[in-house]
Amino acid sequence: MAPDISNFTSFLVPLPVILPLAGAALGILGSKFRSFQRVVSLVALVLGLAVSIALIVEVDDKGVVAQVAGGWTAPLGIAFVIDRLSAVMLVVSSVILLLVMIFAIGQADEERKQSSFHPLYLVLAAGVSASFLTADLFNLFVAFEMMLAASYVLITLGGRADQIRSGMSYVVISLIASTLFITVLALVYMATGTVNMADLALRFESLDPGVKAAFAIALLVVFGIKAGLFPLYFWLPDSYPTAPGPVTAVFSGLLTKVGVYAIIRTQTLLFDMPDWMGTVLLVVAATTMVFGVLGAIAQDDMKRILAFHIISQIGYMIFGLALFTVAGIAGAIYYVVHNIFAKTALFLVASLVDRRAGSSRLSEVGGLVRSAPIVALLFTVPALSLAGLPPFSGFIGKFSLVDAGLTGDVAWMVAISLVVGLLSMYSMAKIWSGVFWGEAEEKPAREPEPGERLGGPLWMIVPTVAIVVCSVALALWGGPVYEFMVRAAEDLMDPSMYRSIVAGGG
Amino acid sequence: MSIAVALVTAVLFGTGSWLMMQRRLTRIIIGIGLLGHGANLLLVSSGGPSGDAPIISGDGVENYSDPLPQALALTAIVITFGVTALLLALGYRSWQITKDDVVEDDVEDRRVLRRSNQDGPESEVDLEDAVPVGPDEDGVNRVVGERGEGDGS
Repeated sequence: MAPDISNFTSFLVPLPVILPLAGAALGILGSKFRSFQRVVSLVALVLGLAVSIALIVEVDDKGVVAQVAGGWTAPLGIAFVIDRLSAVMLVVSSVILLLVMIFAIGQADEERKQSSFHPLYLVLAAGVSASFLTADLFNLFVAFEMMLAASYVLITLGGRADQIRSGMSYVVISLIASTLFITVLALVYMATGTVNMADLALRFESLDPGVKAAFAIALLVVFGIKAGLFPLYFWLPDSYPTAPGPVTAVFSGLLTKVGVYAIIRTQTLLFDMPDWMGTVLLVVAATTMVFGVLGAIAQDDMKRILAFHIISQIGYMIFGLALFTVAGIAGAIYYVVHNIFAKTALFLVASLVDRRAGSSRLSEVGGLVRSAPIVALLFTVPALSLAGLPPFSGFIGKFSLVDAGLTGDVAWMVAISLVVGLLSMYSMAKIWSGVFWGEAEEKPAREPEPGERLGGPLWMIVPTVAIVVCSVALALWGGPVYEFMVRAAEDLMDPSMYRSIVAGGG
Repeated sequence: MSIAVALVTAVLFGTGSWLMMQRRLTRIIIGIGLLGHGANLLLVSSGGPSGDAPIISGDGVENYSDPLPQALALTAIVITFGVTALLLALGYRSWQITKDDVVEDDVEDRRVLRRSNQDGPESEVDLEDAVPVGPDEDGVNRVVGERGEGDGS
């Protein structure tokens, strides 16, 4: 039977998961041949990016595209569904995964020493894509586990004492979250008899509001641990900075945002956000912002300042969701995308600084603006963007959130977010004056690498430049991008289409 | 769910959570194992009362037990198994390096804390229940809390 051409794109939907997994299998088989592994990884990630771009074009046209495994009709079959939110997350994560892989190859540190780096990285990529694509709560758990299992090994890849110590608390805390997730799944299945998300949304409607509220809170806690929400963020700044540079960049860019995605997806699709939930999320967002940025100010290591900033930025995304208006959610999605680019770029710069100066501690580094001006420039753009200065993407993100907040009558929240923005600026300035200006006050722990004209190897600089350019492009084409986010947010606010396609057999 | 299953689940969750709050790594790992078993048991029992094996043999479909939670539980068990194995390997590596299986506090946090202690007398933080365990590789005195450790040995 000839495949129906109108359904052709639905065959593309599972590919962002299948391609990296196939690449990982090949990578394990060829673990003795480094260049073979590199080619396989790059091909898998490039193809994944191409498929994601094809999907986002198709999804913007049609709204939702679904693929149900094995030809079973939903809710019996296990569905992969892509809507505008999943599509934009998928494209952004594919870009990041590809560029950071090039960075890792350019750095040739863990990537060269450990033959398991490539397969693990691809499994992580598959897990991230699967989390964005799945329309089944249990499969979301499986996707999370795929991603986390790879991350457990990546974070401890060097086997150094500090990595094992901080990796241990990362693994334990993630496992507790996973166990909680299974428990919630079991209870949800007891209450409704399904784990298909669209089907769940329909059956939740007839459920007692108290039980429904309990599920909403339980899922918020589960994903809040992954996303690093207050008060569940304590593990994050301890564990991320010790991993190898590119790994930290991918973790900070993508893993927490997968948690944010899961929060947005479940709260909008399953629970319709009652008023009290909006208040809870606003308070959580405010505390996450404030504590994150205060933590950042107290640190004196570049990577740890940035790690605390991840937390603070998550607060803005939750702020947008908590408003539960089209403008708020559109702002939140724009902010997520902006933040993925800015954060990954900053961590790649931190890794360049670490390599160049032999340390990332503010007191042990100095004067890089003279010795590595390109690295300094690469830091400035995403740092100013993160602080929310015009004309960068962070300004557009914060502006849309502030605008939505004022329309939504939460002036106090807007005030907090602006103060936090100011404090972010302060801590970015602290990194700038500590790392790029002045002189090193103490001798760095390791010997600095010999000076290169670019400030690092070519293939470490090129991907960093590419991510910074993406971040700038996000501001230059802010209008069209924001309009796309508005369409995505409209889909989320009115999930009838998602529900009908997933529950109606795709 | 029968009383027995409910009781076993409760005991697994209770003991697991208690072990998780210890500072010894081996206890934490065992605690995670127990907690995982509790969650998986809950998942199995979420399919409702037990019934015949879910293989269609022609005489109606009323008495079958729900196969879906069993499939889910199998998946979850495999995942829990794999991750527990990894955790044991990590624990062993940690023991190889430190010759101890106490979970340490965030080293960098302690550094920041100590710096704020030097900055001014007002910002005194209670360090009474923490003891130094000698310098680590940075030459920084690491401190490890030892509160509430019912060390049986």
